[in-house]
Amino acid sequence: MTNALEIEGLTKTYGDGFHALKGIDMNVRQGDFFALLGPNGAGKSTTLGIVCSLVNKTGGKVRVFGYDIDTHLSDAKLNLGVVPQEFNFNQFEKVFDIVTTQAGYYGIPLKQAKVSAEKYLRKLGLWDKKDTPARMLSGGMKRRLMIARALVHEPKLLILDEPTAGVDIELRRSMWTFLEEMNRQGTTIILTTHYLEEAEALCRNIAIIDHGRILKHTSKRELLQQLHVETFVLDTETTLEGAPALDGFPCRLSEEGALEVEVQKGQGLNQVFVQLEQRGIKVVSMRTKANRLEELFIRMVEENAREAQGGVA
Amino acid sequence: MKVQAMVTAFNTIVIREIRRFTRIWPQTLLPPAVTMTLYFIIFGNLIGSRIGDMGGFDYMSFIVPGLIMMAVITSSYANVVSSFFSMKFQRSIEELLVSPVPNWIILAGYVCGGMARGLGIGLIVTLLSLGFTRLDIHNLPMVVLTVFLTSALFALGGFINAMLATKFDDISIVPTFVLTPLTYLGGVFYSINMLPDFWQGVSMINPILYMVNAFRFGILGVSDVNPFVALGMILVFIALLTAISLQMLKRGKGIRH
Repeated sequence: MTNALEIEGLTKTYGDGFHALKGIDMNVRQGDFFALLGPNGAGKSTTLGIVCSLVNKTGGKVRVFGYDIDTHLSDAKLNLGVVPQEFNFNQFEKVFDIVTTQAGYYGIPLKQAKVSAEKYLRKLGLWDKKDTPARMLSGGMKRRLMIARALVHEPKLLILDEPTAGVDIELRRSMWTFLEEMNRQGTTIILTTHYLEEAEALCRNIAIIDHGRILKHTSKRELLQQLHVETFVLDTETTLEGAPALDGFPCRLSEEGALEVEVQKGQGLNQVFVQLEQRGIKVVSMRTKANRLEELFIRMVEENAREAQGGVA
Repeated sequence: MKVQAMVTAFNTIVIREIRRFTRIWPQTLLPPAVTMTLYFIIFGNLIGSRIGDMGGFDYMSFIVPGLIMMAVITSSYANVVSSFFSMKFQRSIEELLVSPVPNWIILAGYVCGGMARGLGIGLIVTLLSLGFTRLDIHNLPMVVLTVFLTSALFALGGFINAMLATKFDDISIVPTFVLTPLTYLGGVFYSINMLPDFWQGVSMINPILYMVNAFRFGILGVSDVNPFVALGMILVFIALLTAISLQMLKRGKGIRH
C-alpha cells in the first residue's frame, strides 16, 4: 500500500544561510495517526510547510499518496488538508464564506461546497456562527474554523500544526475526540504539538526532530519501552523534613515538599510503599512528574544538545 | 486539476474579489465617484467654460474620456494591490497556496477582480459625466478594447506591486509617486500639441498618454497619437507584466519562504 507521506533526504536552507532541515527521511502509513515532535525551531513547521507548498525545499523528495510534489503538485495538494499554527484566514470574512471559498479553490462547485461546509461546521460546533465575521470568534472557535476549512474538500491526509495551542482543556479533549473519529473513518493525520500528553493519547507513530535531524522515527509503543526511569511525585500526609533513604529508589524532596521517587523500568512500586510504610510515612496521593513521552522527549533532546556541544568542542 | 475545477476556482477568486470591494463600497466605489464629480464641476463647468475649445471640442467633452480612464486605471490598480497585499499581510494567501489552483488561475482571478472594480468605476464615472455633457461614441470597439486592456494592464501592475510589497507604505508609493503624476501628465486635461516640442517628446514616453488618447479617439475621434500603436503598446505591456507576475508566483516571491 502506498504511504500517505514519504520524505527522502529533505533539506532546507533559508536565505540567511540557516540550515533548518539537514536531510530528513520520514514515512507515514495510510490511516496512521502520526506525531512530529520537537522543540521550538527544530524544523517541524518547515517540514510540514514544504509538504503543504508554503515553503520551498532546497533538496530531497516529498511524495503525498505517491504523488511527487515536484512533478504532480496539484494531485498531491488535492489529497492534503492543512491546519496551520497561526490563524491565516481573512478576519473580516464570514465563517461560512471562508469555508465555502476554500472548497472553491479545490474546484468544488458552490452547491456542493455549501453542503460540505455545513457538515463540518456542525461537527465542529460552529454552525450557529456561520454568519459571524471570523474576527469575532474566540481563539478556540478560530482553531475549529481552520479545521473545518481544512476538511471541506475531504482530504485523505490531514496535517495539523499545533492544533490545540491556547485551547482550554475541555475543548482540547473534544477536539481529540473529533480527530480520533476522523482517523477511524480513514483520514491519515499528522500533527505537531507541544502537549506531549496529546501525542501520547492520540498517536500510534512518532518522529522526534531536533536541529533539522530526525532523532527517532518509530512507534509510540517502542518509544515508550525505551523509557528506563520514571519519576513519581508522592504527596505525604505530614510534611517531611528530609528525603528518606529508600533502598533501590533514589528520591528527593521537591520545592513544594512533595517526595519525588525515581523508579527503574522493571521495578515495582510496591517496594516504595512498603519502605515508606516501614518509616511511618503515609502517602495521600501520587502522580507522574511528567508524562512518559515528555520524559523521553526531554532526555533525547538534552542528549542531542550535549552531543552537538561535544561536536563543536 | 481538471478544467471544470479550474473554472470553479477562477470563479471563486473573482466572486471573492467582487464581494470584497462591494462590501467596503464607501472606500472603493464612492470616493472616485465624488472626486470625478468635483473634476467635472470645477475643471469642466467652472474653469472649462473659460478655456474654450480643445482638439475641436468643448473642454468638458475633451476631459471626460481622460477622467474616465484615470478612474479605471487607479481603481484597477488599487483593487489588486490592496486585496493581494492584505491577503499576504493576514497570511490568508496560504489558503490559495495550499490549494491545487494553478498560478495562472490565481493571477487571472485577481486581474479579473481588479478589472471588475476598474470597469465598474468606469461605468459609474461615465454615467455621472452624462449629467454634464453628451457622449457620442465615435468607435465603440476601440472604446471597449482600450478600457478592457488598460484595466487588465493596471491590475497586473497592482499585482506585481503587491507581490513586492513588504509593508503598507510599499503599496501606496507607486500609486502616489508614479501613477498619479503619469496620469496627470498623460494628456487627461490637455492636448500635448499645446506643449513645446521638447515636452511633447518627453510626453511620448509616458505609456498612460497612449491609453488616454486611444480611449479619447474611441469616444471623440481625436487623438494625439496613433490609437492602433497605443493598443499594440498596451498588449506588449500586458504580455510583459503577465510573464513577470507568473515568474514571481512560481518563485513564491514574498509569499513562500
